[in-house]
Amino acid sequence: MIEIFYYLFLSLVAAFCAYRAMISKHLLPSTLYLACVSALASVTLYMLGAYEVAVIELSVGAGLVTVLLVYALSVIGEDTFDPTSIIPKPLAFLLVAVLAIMVAWMAYPLASQPAANGEVLLADVLWKHRALDVWVQVALIFSGVMGVLGLLSEKVQKQEVQKHETQTTSENEPIAIQIEQEIHI
Amino acid sequence: MTLNSLDVVLFGVILLLAVGFYGLLITRNLIKIVLVLQILVKAVVIALVLAGKASGNLGLGQSIAATVIVADTIVAVVALALAVQVRRRAGTLDLAKISTLRG
Repeated sequence: MIEIFYYLFLSLVAAFCAYRAMISKHLLPSTLYLACVSALASVTLYMLGAYEVAVIELSVGAGLVTVLLVYALSVIGEDTFDPTSIIPKPLAFLLVAVLAIMVAWMAYPLASQPAANGEVLLADVLWKHRALDVWVQVALIFSGVMGVLGLLSEKVQKQEVQKHETQTTSENEPIAIQIEQEIHI
Repeated sequence: MTLNSLDVVLFGVILLLAVGFYGLLITRNLIKIVLVLQILVKAVVIALVLAGKASGNLGLGQSIAATVIVADTIVAVVALALAVQVRRRAGTLDLAKISTLRG
C-alpha cells in the first residue's frame, strides 16, 4: 500500500517539474527542472525493477542531456522572450485533455491485466534476441557524434578564414606601414 | 475497483504525456521544444517498462526502453546543434520568425 503513495508522489512531483520546465521564462531553470524530471523518472524505473534502464536514464537523461543543454545555452546565451503560443492555450488544453482521457481509456485495461510468468533477463533479450538493436545503437551514437562534430566545426573554419584574411591583408600592406606597426608593437 | 501500483504509474505516465503535448502545442522556442520532447520521451520510457512489467516480460521492455533512450539522446544532441546554428544565422530561436514555409 505504501508503494502506491510513493508512486503517486513521484508522479505528481515529476509532472509539476515538467510543467515548471515548460512555463519557465528562462531556459536555465527549465533545464534544471528537466534534470529533476529525469531523476524522478529513474527512481520510478528503479522501483519498477528496471535497474539497468534506471541507471542509463539517470546518467544520460539527468547527466549528459543536462550538460549538453547548459553548453548550448552558454553558446547561444539566455533567450528570455516569451512569445504567444501557436494555438490558443484553452484550445491546446482541451485537445490535451481529450487526448489524455483517450490514452487512459485505452491503456487502463492493459495495465490491470495480471502479469504473465516467464521472466527473461535483460542480457538475454539484449544480446540474443535483439542483438540488432545494439548495433543500431552503436551506429546511432557514431552518427550523432559525427553530426555534432560536423555542425559545430563551422566556427573553427570561420576562424581559420579570418586568420587567413588577416595574413593576406598584412602581406599586401606596404613595407613602411608594416615596419611602423612593428615599432608600435 | 481496486487501485494497484501499476495503475498509479500509468496515471503518472499520462500526466507527463499531457504536460509534454501541451508544451509542444504552446511553445515556439526551439530549445524549449527539444526540452519538451525530452519530457515526452521520459514518459514513453516509463510506459515501455511498465508495459514490460505488466506483461511479465520486463527484459524486453527494458531493452526497448534503452534503445529509445539512446535514440532520443542522439535526437536531442543533433537538435541542439541545429538550434545553435539557427541562432547564429537567424539571430533568433522563435519558430515563427525562422520559418520560411509561408504560403
